[in-house]
Formats: sequence, structure tokens, C-alpha cells
Amino acid sequence: MSTETLEMPVAKPKEALLSKRRKKFITDPLNDDNPITIQVLGICSALAVTTQMKPTMVMAISVIFVLVFSNLLISVMRNLIPGRVRIIVQLAVVATLVTLVNEVLKAYAFDMYKELSVFIGLIITNCIVMGRLEAFALNNKPYDSALDGLGSGLGYSWIILAVAFFREIWGSGKVFGYPVFEAIGMDDFQANGLMVSPVGAFIVLGIIIWVQRTKTGYVEH
Amino acid sequence: MDLINLGIKSIFIENMVFAYFLGMCSFLAVSKKVSTAFGLGLAVVFVLSITVPMNWLLNEYILNEGALTWLGPKFATIDLTFLRFIMFIAIIAAMVQLVEMMIEKFSPSLYGSLGIFLPLIAVNCAILGSSLFMAQRDYTIAEASVFGFGSGFGFFLAIIALAAIREKLKYSNVPDGLKGLGITMFITGLMGLAFMSFMGISI
Repeated sequence: MSTETLEMPVAKPKEALLSKRRKKFITDPLNDDNPITIQVLGICSALAVTTQMKPTMVMAISVIFVLVFSNLLISVMRNLIPGRVRIIVQLAVVATLVTLVNEVLKAYAFDMYKELSVFIGLIITNCIVMGRLEAFALNNKPYDSALDGLGSGLGYSWIILAVAFFREIWGSGKVFGYPVFEAIGMDDFQANGLMVSPVGAFIVLGIIIWVQRTKTGYVEH
Repeated sequence: MDLINLGIKSIFIENMVFAYFLGMCSFLAVSKKVSTAFGLGLAVVFVLSITVPMNWLLNEYILNEGALTWLGPKFATIDLTFLRFIMFIAIIAAMVQLVEMMIEKFSPSLYGSLGIFLPLIAVNCAILGSSLFMAQRDYTIAEASVFGFGSGFGFFLAIIALAAIREKLKYSNVPDGLKGLGITMFITGLMGLAFMSFMGISI
């Protein structure tokens, strides 16, 4: 090993594909720096689509796709974009990606497309996407930016899936459309209408934020 | 009468914030003081009242299937609805820029109070959301204008009410983990519950 390093002293050692620094891009947003509970971004869709697990899953996948690729594309173009018009350029890139997602859903999953209706379109104005583009992709290399997008997307996904899980199991007694309570023999399960209504979403998310912040010890002043 | 009903519906019953969760980011971020919330609310009403009818025109004469017939009979079969997102967001960003320049020119004092919020509005989901709802529900131009103003006004009411509550909240003893976002979520939920009582009202 030592002889090898002597042979090329000028070349920097190439960073591993998943070095410690890069792993942090993915793991940080999952807990300590979660986009929803800590940074307060992307709340709109977190609440609107979470009455059931299935549409939430589709939404999560769509957001991860848009985040990774918009981060990658903007990062590739970061030295070409003039500072003054960067918002318009970012919006154009994001809107194109979202249109792609929309068309794919329309073609292959029409029921989901109907159910999510305008909320797919609203990924364009999801603050997580714009936030990551502004804060990360404009100053970092493409691969790092894509990883950062993936991390933020996963952090967003697990929170909305958790909200959807509680709302669906209390609101209609099902998980992914499968009637859990009937399966274990509790036929007299009473669905809680509050959980299906918008109010339930706020309260469930409020409780998740409380638990999560108590665990990480984050206090807002 | 239908228009008044639609107005009431968009302000109270289908409130942008409490029924559709749109514009939550700025709703939560800019509701710490009543004065700033007032500025943002005003800017949202203003921009929504302009962009929704604008996007209606765009939808009616360019994007919908058969909308290009005015160019000639051979354009009658063109369907550009897949361009909706990118066109709407472009119109919104452009209008926000235009409104900002106009306000700066004609009323520097209003610009001073709205200043920082105007650029933020381009990425407020309530704005794009209203335009998308408008397109989905096939409103007429009059309905679209009323809907735009009503949604904006609903947002305005909601953000001022929340800001007023949060100003009082500073003096209460909230558990550490619940401070800030957590307690705001609960308050918004309770406010949503109050707004649900408007359900079913029609004139």
C-alpha cells in the first residue's frame, strides 16, 4: 500500500462513493435535520395527501424523484445560471420534472392520478425542492447534490408515511387498504372521522413533531 | 347569487389553509407577528386576484383542447394541457415580478411594507393551487375572479388569526419539544375545527 501512494503523490485520493461525509447527506435529514419536523418545509403536501397509505407512497416516490433529479440538473448547470434569474430557471426545471411525473401517473396509474389531483402539480411549489436547490445544489457538485436530494426526500417520506399510517388505521381501520381490525377479529372497530378530516392531520403531525423533537432534544426559540 | 355562494365557500368552507393545507409554509413561517402577517396576507390577496383570471385566459385560449381554434381550423385538435404546470408557474412568477415593479413605482410606502414578501409569493402553493383548482373545476371567468379573491381573502383571515394567537402564546409555558412548530400545528388544527362549522352554509 505504501509504495502505491508514493508513486502518485500529487493526485488526491479519490473519495469513496459513499464516504462518511456523503453518508451524512443521507442520514442527517432522516432525523436531526428533518425537512418537515425541524426545517418546517413542505408541510402542505405532508398533510393533504395523507388520509391513506397508498397515495402517500406514490407522493413520496414522486417527491424523491423530483428532488434527486432537480438537484442533479441544477447542480450540473450551477455555473451557467446567472444569479438574478435563478428562481425562474429552477422553477422551469422543477416544473418540467413534475410534468413528467404527472404524465407517467396519468398513463400508468390513472386512479392515483385522480386521487392526488392538484397535489402532484403542487410539488413544484413544495418548499423542500426549492429550499434544497437554493441551499445546496447551487454550491455543490452533482453527485453530492443528488445524494442530498435523496436524503431530504427520504426524510420527508418517512414523516408523511408515519402520518398516513396513523390517519388510516384510526380513520378507517386499514393499512394500505387492508382491513387490519377485521383480520384480527375486532369487528366492532369504530372508525374515527376526525382522523380523516383535515383537523386529524394537524394533530397527528403535531404529536409526531413533539415526539421527534423530544427525542432529538431540538428546541425552537 | 351563485357567485356570492362561491365567494363564501372559498373564504370559509373550503379555506385554502384549513381545508386544503395550501400555503402552509409561509402560513407557519410568517405568522409570528400580526403586522408582518398582515403584509403577507395582503400581498397574497392581491396576487391571487390577478393571477387566477390571468391563468383562466391562458387556459381558455391556449392550453385546453380545441382552445387554439381562433388561430384557424387546423389547430382545433391541438391539446396542450400537459404544459399547464410550466405555463401557470411562468405566469405567476412573471406577474409577481410585474406587480412588484408596479407597486414600487406607484406606492413606495406599500412596497416598503410588502417588499420582502412579494418575491416569496411566487413559490407559495396557495397561488399555484388556486390556479390548478380553477382549471380542474371548469370555472367561468367571473367565477374564476371571485374564486381567486375569495381564496386569497381566506388565507388573509387565517394567517392574521394565527399570528394574533401566536403573539399571545409567547407568554404561556409550552413543553420544550412542543415549542414553535408543534404547538402551532395543534392550534391550526383547532382553528380548522372551528372553520368546519361553516360547512353547509349557503345563501
